[in-house]
Amino acid sequence: MKQKHLMTGNEAVARGAYEAGLNFASAYPGTPSTEILENLVLYKDSLYCEWAPNEKVALEATIGASIAGVRSLATMKHVGVNVAADPLFTFAYTGVGGGCILVSADDPGMHSSQNEQDNRNYATAARLLMLEPSNSQEAKDFTKIGFELSEKFDTPVLLRMTTRICHSKSAVTFEDRVEKTAKPYEKNIKKYVATPANGKVMRRNLVGRLAAMEEYSNNTELNVEEMNGSEVGVISSGVAYQYAREVFGDDASYLKLGMTFPMPMEKIKAFAAKVKKLYIVEEMDPYMERQIREAGIECIGKAVIPEYDELNTDIVRKGVFGTEAPTLKSDLDAVVRPPAMCAGCPHRGFFYALSKKKNVMITGDIGCYTLGSAAPLNAMDTCICMGGSISTGHGASKAFGITGADTKVVSVIGDSTFFHSGVNSLMDVAYNKGNNVTVILDNRITGMTGHQQNPGTGYTLMGDATGEVDIPLLCQAIGIKKENIYIVNPLKLDEVDHALDEALGKDEACVIITKWPCILKKFSQQDKNDFDLKPKKCVIDQDKCRKCKLCAKTGCPAIYVGETITINADSCTGCGVCVQVCPFDAISEVK
Amino acid sequence: MKEVKNILLVGVGGQGTILASKILSMGLLEAGYDVKMSEIHGMSQRGGNVSTQIRFGEKVYSPIIGKGEADVIVAFEKMEALRWIEYLKEGGKMVINDFEIPSVPILMGAAKYPQGILADLTAKANVSVFEASTIAEQIGNSKTMNIVLLGALVKAMNIPGIDWEVVIRANVKKGFEDINIRAFQEGMKQV
Repeated sequence: MKQKHLMTGNEAVARGAYEAGLNFASAYPGTPSTEILENLVLYKDSLYCEWAPNEKVALEATIGASIAGVRSLATMKHVGVNVAADPLFTFAYTGVGGGCILVSADDPGMHSSQNEQDNRNYATAARLLMLEPSNSQEAKDFTKIGFELSEKFDTPVLLRMTTRICHSKSAVTFEDRVEKTAKPYEKNIKKYVATPANGKVMRRNLVGRLAAMEEYSNNTELNVEEMNGSEVGVISSGVAYQYAREVFGDDASYLKLGMTFPMPMEKIKAFAAKVKKLYIVEEMDPYMERQIREAGIECIGKAVIPEYDELNTDIVRKGVFGTEAPTLKSDLDAVVRPPAMCAGCPHRGFFYALSKKKNVMITGDIGCYTLGSAAPLNAMDTCICMGGSISTGHGASKAFGITGADTKVVSVIGDSTFFHSGVNSLMDVAYNKGNNVTVILDNRITGMTGHQQNPGTGYTLMGDATGEVDIPLLCQAIGIKKENIYIVNPLKLDEVDHALDEALGKDEACVIITKWPCILKKFSQQDKNDFDLKPKKCVIDQDKCRKCKLCAKTGCPAIYVGETITINADSCTGCGVCVQVCPFDAISEVK
Repeated sequence: MKEVKNILLVGVGGQGTILASKILSMGLLEAGYDVKMSEIHGMSQRGGNVSTQIRFGEKVYSPIIGKGEADVIVAFEKMEALRWIEYLKEGGKMVINDFEIPSVPILMGAAKYPQGILADLTAKANVSVFEASTIAEQIGNSKTMNIVLLGALVKAMNIPGIDWEVVIRANVKKGFEDINIRAFQEGMKQV
């Protein structure tokens, strides 16, 4: 028997891509997709992979590699596909050179996302062949099959995963890598230059390709029937199949779909004819149900299965059978355990100073620093999407100018998010004479997703040293005046305060760059040279402490307000923000 | 074993629940079971709660369990035991580390750490309580607390035929094998 490896779906996709002879991969990190490239780089002797500044760039680079003739892969979270949607739709027209897969990792239940959109809809909208694995073995197998189908049908393949498939571990068996000879590159203007004239032909071809893919979908083993009786039939896909299979048990019959675009409608019709009652069990949108109903087949789906949140066996069981397992209840309530900025987080000092400013609207962005919106700091008014803080802030400050409100706008963005798409927004501010204050929180790494390199860190995914973006110089090049760019240490409250006051006092675009590494980061030699990162501790002198709790108002999880106020020495990193906040000099730094 | 068994490990980011779950899953996989393991965490590195679920048997479908389905719950922290009690199956066992980690609202003085958790849970379920962190400190490395709890879990699960010490040696940091084996053995004695 082959050795079984316990792997997450993400690890399995990486393994599958490696075995399939993949040569090129590009991605922007985003939960729950990040670990695919982090695992793919373990095979870096055999392939090349990189972090791109954003998902659109990642997909475009992947398209280029495919056209040049090699198997290529782009991975991203669901909202990242929105960013990459422009090239995606046209890539479906041109088709591929080497096989090409886009992994969309959706996040039902929003474990770590701003929305829970169902990206299966992209397959229908752009007409992409779609595969949905339901465990780690399938994640690996479908990746390999995906490259073959991409080449067979001359189409990009959407490998649609969800958090539970990405992050759950199950057994996987390995095969060896099979090297793929690159397709020799041939210039083909009619295929790859999407002018209107060429596009019209491509569009017609796309319809023909769809018919061929649908025929395949009706015949492939990826869509498999399990007949156990004629009373109840269930159609499902992805992790929802696992919940359904468990809840309906051995008495129901199943049509498990691994290929969900184009849908195997003939197979579905045949299955529906064999059962008296047909259920469709799917997470989020009624994606399959809509198409099945359109084909004139009666079924029960969203009438009993919620259209929102992550599913589980409880929800499916309650929806279908109305039953719940008996549970034990306590008379006590557990206090919530919300995430918080870490002890020693460089964002804390900045947000503390910002939270004291009156009459400001704070437009935020996607990253750890979105936690600046949480109590006790409450220092954020909006958070919409990656890179949106600066442009949202620009629009808001223009509107305040029109309405005559004297509210100033501060736009807060992380280094990686600034590179992602904040640069364009800042260009808008400079170009259109905006006056919102942009704050770039440069913590020398992509923090939120677990420390990926980015164009500002000086290292690549492959581990090579490289040039880094000079943020102040970039801002100047965009059109921000040199005297309006402030570089501060976010742990020094005076510095932050002074810069904020000056910038808020000016009627032109200003940029404040706070520069200090993420406390959880593995410090590079460069970090050690540039910053004083020696570990320190802060302690409270109980004789001097008057229990005013101002230190706790910084929201530091190392500070405990009990009978006395104390600092947990295990979690304190000696950042010194509490020392500066204490009005009674009761807190001091110790070695 | 036709019936699928469900194990739930709950705690706070940084307590080592994931390593304990990994060792457990590896042992079960090598013993021939179908195994699925899921980490349920949002932004755990930033102080949130973490849970890992391990399901094993002849054939496992769902990677996650529902309420009232856990055969054994190991709570690495007391308030987490309270939070997850409704996942325990009727007649299931709960192992609780007598250890408190206050959450941010408690640290800020906006809420109080609930009192009387152990008395309440002990009255309602089959509960074993002990101070795994104290045992780990006595052994000489407070970080082995997760392996102490793994020992207690393995005892509570009562699955014969797996050489856990071999699995532990293969999965802990080099140079720390012996102390982890001691932690495991001490944990076994607690249930």
